[in-house]
Amino acid sequence: MSAVVPQGPRPRSFGLARLGVYVFLGVMALLFLVPLWVMLMTSFKTMAEIRYGHILAWPQEFTFEPWGKAWSSACTGLACGGIQVGFWNSVRILVPSVIASIALGALTGYAMTFYRVRGANLMFAILLIGAFIPYQVFLYPMVRMFSSIGLYDSLAGIVVVHVVFGLPLMTLLFRNYYSSLPIELFNAARVDGAGFVTIFRHVILPMSTPIVIVATILQVTGIWNDFILGLTFAGRDNRPMTVLLNNIVNSTQGEAAYNVDMAATILTAAVPLFVYFISGRWFVRGIAAGAVKG
Amino acid sequence: MTDAPKPPRARPPLSRWRSKAPAILALIPAACVVLFIYIGAMVWTVRLSFSSSKMLPVLDNVGFNQYRRLFATERFNLSVEHIALFGCLFIAGSLVIGFLLAVFIDQRVRGEGVFRTIFLYPYAMSFIVTGLAWQWFLNPELGLQKAVREAGFPDFTFDWIVDQNRVMYTLVIAAIWQASGLVMAILLAGLRGVDAELWKATRIDAIPTWRVYVSIILPMIAPMLVTAAVLLAVAVAKLYDLVVAMTKGGPGLSSEVPAKFIMDNFFERSNVGLGSAAATVLLVTVIAIFSPWIYSQHLRPQGARR
Repeated sequence: MSAVVPQGPRPRSFGLARLGVYVFLGVMALLFLVPLWVMLMTSFKTMAEIRYGHILAWPQEFTFEPWGKAWSSACTGLACGGIQVGFWNSVRILVPSVIASIALGALTGYAMTFYRVRGANLMFAILLIGAFIPYQVFLYPMVRMFSSIGLYDSLAGIVVVHVVFGLPLMTLLFRNYYSSLPIELFNAARVDGAGFVTIFRHVILPMSTPIVIVATILQVTGIWNDFILGLTFAGRDNRPMTVLLNNIVNSTQGEAAYNVDMAATILTAAVPLFVYFISGRWFVRGIAAGAVKG
Repeated sequence: MTDAPKPPRARPPLSRWRSKAPAILALIPAACVVLFIYIGAMVWTVRLSFSSSKMLPVLDNVGFNQYRRLFATERFNLSVEHIALFGCLFIAGSLVIGFLLAVFIDQRVRGEGVFRTIFLYPYAMSFIVTGLAWQWFLNPELGLQKAVREAGFPDFTFDWIVDQNRVMYTLVIAAIWQASGLVMAILLAGLRGVDAELWKATRIDAIPTWRVYVSIILPMIAPMLVTAAVLLAVAVAKLYDLVVAMTKGGPGLSSEVPAKFIMDNFFERSNVGLGSAAATVLLVTVIAIFSPWIYSQHLRPQGARR
């Protein structure tokens, strides 16, 4: 059993070692799948079955009711609009945030890579360090700043916040990617008399597809999964799905409806999981490219 | 926008103002972010930590009073203990499990893609989802404990999530579940970069495979291990969502963490000065831990990278 190139079979011990490899991986895979299994099974059971049955068991009486409830009538306090309210809020936050943060990251990365602007390196250094610092260090003053200019508790506010905190990673991605492009392309365009915007639009952007895909994957999953920024900046009317989910599950009065809770949880995880499953290796590429995600 | 006139030489002089003006304009938004948020908000937080601010920010000066108060606050001291315990176990656990997964997947197994997908999917989910899923799974009355008891082990006890002394371990378990796939993905990339010749050589010398991994491969992929460890450490410093969703800091104060302490003092307990002091302590710690790595990874002078 060798890692890269197996050098012919090693009789006897080969079979056993091979079996060991599969047993280990199989057991680990099961362990990793158990929480997802439990969530799914719970979401299809009635509360009676949850109380008397087995958490790992297949539902005796298959019901979709919890999913309906979770989507359209689960309550947080007095509001019983279901998790769908959060879903649409998240979509409204996600789309402009992803577009704006990628656009700004690409522009910043481009300007930093191809134009020697004084102070750009210092700026990049501060951005990078900023990516490592927990949000708590910035949040309170940001709340004050945002409320003084009327951005606090608003959709625009939370979008700006996502752009701000996405900037380090986006700049890093695009700067590193553009640094790997041949400078001759840029120089040739300059010689032809193309300016800043023309080169960006017609030379650089058409070559940016791979990194834009990576950036989109990172930002969609990152922004969808955000909790703390949505909690702090989005305000009552724009609470994203994660915040609503946590309210639904953790602030229940009376007996918790675990089946509804789990259906709502799966619904919240659905978007990033969907992105993950369709993006395949691109997701891993994003991890490798953005080694500063927190 | 201003297009530069055709330059006379083959390599255009980029230093000229006219050609650089659009680039400077393009960098203004990022510069504002750096100036107002990454520097401005940070300095403001540090400044507030020396003030007596309660519900609203006041710009007086009380010296290190908030810090003295902070280090005398049981809740803060506990949260520091908790995060230290969590950090060590979570980073070590994720690295070990992630490394094992990567090594085993690297054995040219069938269905490699399926295994990779299974091990990494938790990382795609939100900490809130992870926390709620594990909160339910570990629920002592209806969850795993009950299931095992009914399977024929009536004395089985696994109520760590409601046990003051053990609740941190449940957070560690959930976090490892979420993050070890990330370590696997990073290390697997490293393992794939190992030269096939090396394997031939060790095969000829009849060195046991595990020995090769421990003594030869592990040092080779050390940089990737460091990267993974840094990513995990960042998650430790930011640990908030998982705690809020899974344990709400309880039972009692037994799973309070610094990031949550700060948030509570800012937005619920009206202790802006104290929260700022805690945020400043967190800031200094994080910078002390990460700046060597950031420097070596991204900011070293030209030519050192790649």
